Amino acid sequence: MSDVSFVRTEMLPEQAPPGSEVGVIGWLRHNLFSSWINGILTVLSLYAIYYVLAGILPWVFLSVWNAGSLTECREIMNATWGGTHGHACWGVINERWLQLLFGFYPSYLYGRPILALVLLLLALTPILFNMISRRMNWFLLALAFFVTAMLMDASIFVWILRIGFAAATLFIGYQLVTLSGSDRAEQIAQGAKRLPNPLMFTAVYPFLMPWLMWGGTIWPPICAALGFVIGFVVLRFGKDHMSELVTMIAAVAAAVIWWLVLSGYVSDGLSSVLPIGIEAVESRKFGGFMIAILLGVVAIGASLPIGVVLALGRQSDLVIVKALCVGFIEFIRGVPLITLLFVASLLLNIFMPPGTNFDIILRVMIMMTLFSAAYMAEVIRGGLAALPRGQYEGADSLGLDYWQAQRLIIMPQALKVSIPGIVSTFIGIFKDTTLVSIIGLFDVIGLASAIRADTSWNGIYWELFAFIAFLFFIVCFSMSRYSMYLERKLQTGHR
Amino acid sequence: MSEQATAREIDRSKMQVSDQVAIEINNMNKWYGAFHVLRDINLTVNQGERIVIAGPSGSGKSTLIRCLNALEEHQQGQITVDGTVLSNDLKNIDKIRREVGMVFQHFNLFPHLTILENLTLAPIWVRKTPKKEAEETAMHFLEKVKIPEQASKYPGQLSGGQQQRVAIARSLCMKPRIMLFDEPTSALDPEMIKEVLDTMIELAEEGMTMLVVTHEMGFARQVANRVIFMDAGQIVEQNEPEEFFNNPKSERTKLFLSQILGH
Repeated sequence: MSDVSFVRTEMLPEQAPPGSEVGVIGWLRHNLFSSWINGILTVLSLYAIYYVLAGILPWVFLSVWNAGSLTECREIMNATWGGTHGHACWGVINERWLQLLFGFYPSYLYGRPILALVLLLLALTPILFNMISRRMNWFLLALAFFVTAMLMDASIFVWILRIGFAAATLFIGYQLVTLSGSDRAEQIAQGAKRLPNPLMFTAVYPFLMPWLMWGGTIWPPICAALGFVIGFVVLRFGKDHMSELVTMIAAVAAAVIWWLVLSGYVSDGLSSVLPIGIEAVESRKFGGFMIAILLGVVAIGASLPIGVVLALGRQSDLVIVKALCVGFIEFIRGVPLITLLFVASLLLNIFMPPGTNFDIILRVMIMMTLFSAAYMAEVIRGGLAALPRGQYEGADSLGLDYWQAQRLIIMPQALKVSIPGIVSTFIGIFKDTTLVSIIGLFDVIGLASAIRADTSWNGIYWELFAFIAFLFFIVCFSMSRYSMYLERKLQTGHR
Repeated sequence: MSEQATAREIDRSKMQVSDQVAIEINNMNKWYGAFHVLRDINLTVNQGERIVIAGPSGSGKSTLIRCLNALEEHQQGQITVDGTVLSNDLKNIDKIRREVGMVFQHFNLFPHLTILENLTLAPIWVRKTPKKEAEETAMHFLEKVKIPEQASKYPGQLSGGQQQRVAIARSLCMKPRIMLFDEPTSALDPEMIKEVLDTMIELAEEGMTMLVVTHEMGFARQVANRVIFMDAGQIVEQNEPEEFFNNPKSERTKLFLSQILGH
């Protein structure tokens, strides 16, 4: 006989948990009423939520939609509810929403920024999501162009566009329907050709967008794109004759010389000889939420690559490169954005040769990009610091060179770790675009002040700011949700 | 560490040491700041040799093999790997790294890539092998380390032993002429050590030139043709395994062996 020895002869069967642990009651017990204190807190919190909603919901929904002025609004409120307190006057939004969105952009050209936005989303799809097929991507693009062509004033040229895009849309759409195989191999067996990468359109978009927004002849964006082509050609053919570093410097120099010295003359010359283009819109007519999106997209799109370069530069062994990067990052981070914007709006003109037309929105774009790039660099540096040294050594030991290691091993992991920080910076810079109202651009905030200056809407605050908040919330919340989606998607269960 | 007994007989038929020199180290010295880590190292390794480097921690054995593929820089002396003199020239370094595979204590697999992508990455980008061919080679080596079914998983989903075998296969995909092992079993659970050692034994049986830093004295006895004992940054003793274990010459080696085998 021994008290220590024990052998289990049969395994216990699984039993259902007691009723108080599962279902609605179980959930309530666990999460809301697990103790007396929690129960009291739950009741108090519910009351607080009720109190807030009881104030806001009637204000939002028991409101006046059709009114031409604040006075008229108040008359309607008095007639309907016997008082003006606690009811919103959405009449101002109803009357001015187009202005809040587009500023003073000519109303008969609203289609252009809208098209730019639609194309932006289509250009971003292949980057943001990989569940959409190439064929679907090209189909949507062809459809967007077809609809655009249908909305344009008819001429022979427009008719050619309409027929062309209609044919493309139908052809790709037909293929989308008939190629039933979900697998690439099956589709190829059915005779499908591999379509070009939709990222090609993404590469064209940065040149297409300014042309759609500002209009004018097609030559300035083409000349701007040519700079990249020239740089690439130098890079490609210089490699055979010069060392890699020299070629790289030569390529950058050639592109910069083209942009700064030659491209202006070339595009002016071509514009006067072949004035193909659309109606030009001046920067001072830009405004509203459109400016926020324009500045936000450019700052976000350009600051990520610049941030990556700065973060790598800051870790570099090359002393001068490192000093330049550290100096730049620390300077930009040490200065309020608003001072940089004032520099952009006032000071830059002093340094420019007289007569140069350096667009105000372009200047603001550059400043916002640099500002957010400095923050981006620090966020990415955090991601780089989180990587174990072994990842560098693993890449080195396989014979990958510095740029291959960065591109294939280091950056994918560092960027993934930094997603929350990167998206926070994106959201931050997007909201900071409202600061441009201080240097005299009519973004939503600027327009809100302008609308209040109108005698019909003098004294209206809440409704305008609620609307502006709503617009920003939609965009920022989408970015936040996307970042969570991306984090889940990239989760490979390591560490 | 105890002696890991291998169940099967080891096939020594292909374990031939040729006259061809694979690695030559002459009067090599290395400092970390003011600290003299490697002192006057002289070593010649022939093609096909299996060398185990042992020694207490901090004796410089890892640093020594990390100098061979330039993960660490040496300040004095000359290292010649596979006929190429190691210098600061990046082209030389990349050339040597292509010919020398390395397996690390902590595997250093790339967690964001699948096993197959881990294996094909370097052949595709460094050797410019077509993707299809690289994948075939990768599957061949995965079969060799006995985990072809894990090809589409991520490293984080594998056990330590499996990860280390993937790491070995990843190095082999570059078709190296020399393999360096830096304490390949030190981060593994005892149950997994054997599967990694078995893989290494198979590699030795195929005639691979191997330099192994390890505390697995059983492996040293069975596979190595030479054991090197290092202490305080110097090579204290080197000999054939039989002689080294049964009849160590220096007092320092005796002390080390009594500590490592004495439990």
